[in-house]
Amino acid sequence: MKMNGARIMLECLKKEGVDTVFGYPGGTVINLYDALFDFKDIQHILPRHEQAGTHAADGYARATGRVGVAIATSGPGATNTVTGIATAYMDSIPMVIITGQVPTALIGNDAFQEVDIIGITRPCTKHSFLIRDVKDIAITMKKAFYLARSGRPGPVLVDFPKDIQIAQGEFHYPETVEIRGYKPNLSGHPRQVEKAVTMILESRRPVIYVGGGAVLGGAAEPLTQLARKLSIPVTTTLMGLGSFPESDGLSLGMLGMHGAYCANMAMTGSDLIIAIGARFDDRVTGKLSTFAPHAKIIHIDVDPTSIKKNVRVDLPIVGDVKDVLMKMIKQTDKSKDKLAGYISALAPWHSDIDGWKEKHPIAYKQSSTIIKPQFVIQKLRELSDDDAIISTDVGQHQMWTAQFFQFNKPRTLLTSGGLGTMGYGLPAAMGAQAAFPNRQVITICGDGGVQMNIQEMATLVQNKLPVKIVILNNNFLGMVRQWQELFFDKRYSSTCMELPIDYRKLADAYGAKGFLATKPGEVESVIKQGFKENGPVIMEFKIAREEKVLPMVPAGASLNEMVLNA
Amino acid sequence: MQHTISVIVENDFGVLSRVATLFSGRGFNIDSLSVAPTNEEGLSRMTIVTRGDEQVLEQINKQLNKLIDVLKVLDFSDGSAVERELALIKVAAEDDSRTEVLRIVDIFRAKIIDVTPKSYTVEATGNPMKIDAILELLRPLGLKEVVRTGSVAIGRGAKGWNG
Ligand SMILES: Cc1ncc(C[n+]2csc(CCOP(=O)(O)OP(=O)(O)O)c2C)c(N)n1
Ligand SMILES: [Mg+2]
Repeated sequence: MKMNGARIMLECLKKEGVDTVFGYPGGTVINLYDALFDFKDIQHILPRHEQAGTHAADGYARATGRVGVAIATSGPGATNTVTGIATAYMDSIPMVIITGQVPTALIGNDAFQEVDIIGITRPCTKHSFLIRDVKDIAITMKKAFYLARSGRPGPVLVDFPKDIQIAQGEFHYPETVEIRGYKPNLSGHPRQVEKAVTMILESRRPVIYVGGGAVLGGAAEPLTQLARKLSIPVTTTLMGLGSFPESDGLSLGMLGMHGAYCANMAMTGSDLIIAIGARFDDRVTGKLSTFAPHAKIIHIDVDPTSIKKNVRVDLPIVGDVKDVLMKMIKQTDKSKDKLAGYISALAPWHSDIDGWKEKHPIAYKQSSTIIKPQFVIQKLRELSDDDAIISTDVGQHQMWTAQFFQFNKPRTLLTSGGLGTMGYGLPAAMGAQAAFPNRQVITICGDGGVQMNIQEMATLVQNKLPVKIVILNNNFLGMVRQWQELFFDKRYSSTCMELPIDYRKLADAYGAKGFLATKPGEVESVIKQGFKENGPVIMEFKIAREEKVLPMVPAGASLNEMVLNA
Repeated sequence: MQHTISVIVENDFGVLSRVATLFSGRGFNIDSLSVAPTNEEGLSRMTIVTRGDEQVLEQINKQLNKLIDVLKVLDFSDGSAVERELALIKVAAEDDSRTEVLRIVDIFRAKIIDVTPKSYTVEATGNPMKIDAILELLRPLGLKEVVRTGSVAIGRGAKGWNG
């Protein structure tokens, strides 16, 4: 049966199991939207800004593990997606972005709303395609989805000219796809695995350091098993939160710039670091020359470029983290005879760690008159569902969430780690809620970042997506203000949000509900009321304005040189 | 240290700019770059001369391999390849210097490919060091224009890049 290219595109999405797309129409996708009009198998959500649509696709992908899909028109629609694409790229999120393009005959002519979006996004996509023939749509989409989700995942952009959407063709979706230059190495080398287990059994101060790769690779199960079997303390990056239950005694919490004292001390004192799907980012290592001075390093990652990029590695294992961890579990079971001796030799290490945990736990000073942000986060944990999905924006509130929420399950924290994109939280929550209409989805935002995509309130209300928006309002661009306080003599240059906003009225204007808490005693009831609502709500908390995120490793300092209270 | 790398790529739209973006985005140097189709349908070969320490070279290798359009990266840093470059050199040649140019061309087994009353155009091939050497000798006579292709390299021995 012949159909036009626009329809073929939708059939491809259906074949890929796509149930929801986030997109915004315009001249060069009008044909695609015409085809969508009566294509009932795909739910289309119209955000109020293409950036938000792209973040929503990203939030959908992070929450589900499936490929998120966003659509934008050519020119400004396409450029509006760039921040969303870069955000996904930095955190290795599987996404396919379909952009309209001017008709092929006009490409290169500076036509109306023409932009070289492939060129613009080249450094922040895993790959990109320009479809030049209606016959190529199916194979291109097959490749795009395969690339987005396999190996180290990432966003793939497909540029789809208008004339190709109009052209008639047959639809045949290929069963398999072969890309000769792309063969991700998924299976961990058995000899390397064997060596790794030997190194662990010989270690006396081991630490497992987990990044987002463990979440993306679905490795939470085997990770938890292995850590418990070998009694190894586990610290995670911001992106790794949820891959190992923080309620477990072996958990050290998050490490790095705003990490737990015990986690940073453990890294510094360790004799063996087992890095799993992590990339030794500068926010994690602190000063490189003094990072983990006594440790050998085992690095497990599906992407060989992550290995030895920033730090020396004693044992690299390239492979899918889940596969490698499962092999390590088997290998450990083969070495049962050595296990008891090894475990008892770890006792001094565990007692060091317990000492650090006790000495400087993640804590804050409670107040009876003013709302402490950390208190709000703790109350949110206490009152929310076990399987609630939390997204954050970027800033102090993001770090407080990471420190105080306690994440026990993978894919329950959606946060922009690598790019640190303000404006991410609300649309990402929207994407997660679209994927899971019946789960509790909460976004924790600052008063700065929430404004960057506040227009999505309309999308939430229109689509009955009951996202609970929490605003920790310090009337500051708090994270920058904190740096100004500590490193720039309190010269608060352009970080005070002078204009107070009435968020209850704002919620009202969009047809949502708004709640406000100004005193600690009101926190619980506002959260309870907010959670009880069936629709989207804003819960605003006026918090201690100059509260700081602590501990903090100042930029350029060593991990063990934390500022604990300032 | 200088390294010569050959990269086998899909002959696809945008592949050159992907490779170039990779080098510029990560602060890697390109001393020379040449690209042309190979004997295999749909494949091109790039020869890139770059510099950096071992760690940089390892990253370059891995990052190139990560590009979807790259099939194979061959690292010839260990001298396992034959390298050649071609240069077209327009040199001033009047009166006495005409015979001097011819003598140098002869020594380097180069060729004159264009002649005017005031100049010779010389075609020279060889490894890049040989090209540097002939340029050094011709320079005092007055170089008017120099075009170099950049190195191309092929592995020594009976095997091709894919066996
Ligand atoms: C798009 C974008 N612009 C600027 C920044 C720099 N930045 C990082 S945190 C921050 C302050 C955020 O303020 P707010 O949203 O109120 O959160 P708070 O830190 O107060 O919790 C800024 C400006 C950023 N990360 N992203
Ligand atoms: Mg703020």
